[in-house]
Amino acid sequence: MPLAVAVAAALVLMSCSSEQSAAPSSVELTVFAASSLTDVFNKLGDDFRKTDPAAHFRFNFGSSSTLATQIVNGAPADLFASADEDNMAKVVAAGMSLGATQAFASNRLQIAVAPGNPKKIAGPADLARADVVLVLAAPTVPAGKYALEALKKAAVPARPVSQEIDVRAVLNKVALGEADAGIVYVTDVRSASGRVSGVDIPEIDQVTARYPVAVIKGTKAPLVAGRFVDYVLSPPGRTTLASFGFSAP
Amino acid sequence: MSRERPPLAIAILAAIGVAFFLLPLLGLLSRTPWSTAFDELTGSEALTALRLSLVVSAAATAIALLLGIPLAWVYARVSFPGRDLIRALTTLPMILPPVVGGVALLFAFGRRGLLGQTLDAVGIRIPFTTAGAVLAATFVAMPFLVLTVEAGLRSMDRRYEDAARTLGASRSLVFRRVTLPLIAPSVFAGAVLCWARALGEFGATITFAGNLPGTTQTLPLAVYIALETRPEVAIMLSLVLLAVSLAILVAMRDRYLRAF
Repeated sequence: MPLAVAVAAALVLMSCSSEQSAAPSSVELTVFAASSLTDVFNKLGDDFRKTDPAAHFRFNFGSSSTLATQIVNGAPADLFASADEDNMAKVVAAGMSLGATQAFASNRLQIAVAPGNPKKIAGPADLARADVVLVLAAPTVPAGKYALEALKKAAVPARPVSQEIDVRAVLNKVALGEADAGIVYVTDVRSASGRVSGVDIPEIDQVTARYPVAVIKGTKAPLVAGRFVDYVLSPPGRTTLASFGFSAP
Repeated sequence: MSRERPPLAIAILAAIGVAFFLLPLLGLLSRTPWSTAFDELTGSEALTALRLSLVVSAAATAIALLLGIPLAWVYARVSFPGRDLIRALTTLPMILPPVVGGVALLFAFGRRGLLGQTLDAVGIRIPFTTAGAVLAATFVAMPFLVLTVEAGLRSMDRRYEDAARTLGASRSLVFRRVTLPLIAPSVFAGAVLCWARALGEFGATITFAGNLPGTTQTLPLAVYIALETRPEVAIMLSLVLLAVSLAILVAMRDRYLRAF
């Protein structure tokens, strides 16, 4: 089932119709962003529109690997914000980026557990316990790749019951109580606002996720797209990112 | 076979209809790495996913036959208050987005679900198991069987049943020896539709059962995961799914068409 191709085709159709209906003064910006950026990019978009009211955002959040596949296959994105450098490299290698990619944030891993941590999970070592149902993101997804790196550093065997399609799906499995633990980003635990608790991963086992952003070739709004990137990198943008738990790149 | 010439408009629209289905297939074939096809296919992950898909879809069809034929019989033959509403509720998964179906299954059979809490207390876990994948596939696919069999029951000639009854056959004997053979083509068609839907099932499975190679990663899930990193593997897996489905649909065509 060529799902990503179908999604890409649907996006093409949708963008055709919306561009015809949009008023000439407004500019639509289609942003493909890693699912860990869901909350902060919605906020950044809202803030950006206060200075640039003509800009209208359409966000497509998903795993960076899915988004990169969609862009390489011609999905109409103006901007791509990836949760890792590998998937951005795929887009760059396909000649789909316009100008240089820029790192705008970084993120750390945390273990998401049920609120109050009923299973008393203290760190990565507890994830190998037989009574702990562990869920990770798929190894093809940045969050899954980072999680495996962290577990390897901690010398903990990774035995997840499921490899979810993106990091938000991992978070949801823990929030719904189906899994006892999942490795997600610090920012995901924060955004879950009480539905999960976070258990820190020791500094020695930590993995840093770097988030690059690039304008995508073929954009109809390169200027606005560039201005949005500048805004994300500006001090107010950095402040917003920090308020959602992201670190400086 | 009729040799009637179709009106031009009908011929054109029908041709567009065919092209609409053939173009994506051709797209898939055009990207197929034929030179390395064999290596991709014999990779263990492809075979694991194919085997699991066949097991899950067959199990889902078996459960659907076991529960679906009696259900269809009740819908077709028994009149009771609220029948239409209950029939609509049990066919809802046909139009429900599968992901929603998966979430609903979690709220029923998940660890904190209505029934799942009890199951968990006695040590039975359904999500993240092959049984969970079967449950998800059955949930979305069984309505196809129920509706097809019910249509068969409604259109069959009931005089044969009446004759058997007047000759002294018991109700269960009539069902087994008269009704079932008469609706066999509908049961067959319903089972094929149900199996095909179960084979392609994605959303409810990944939401309810998760994704783990060998346990819950059916072929559609393997395709989705592979598409992101190794598209050539995804294409080969898709072709396997297509080939298996096509072989069975073509082999069943005669019986399949007769039922409708």
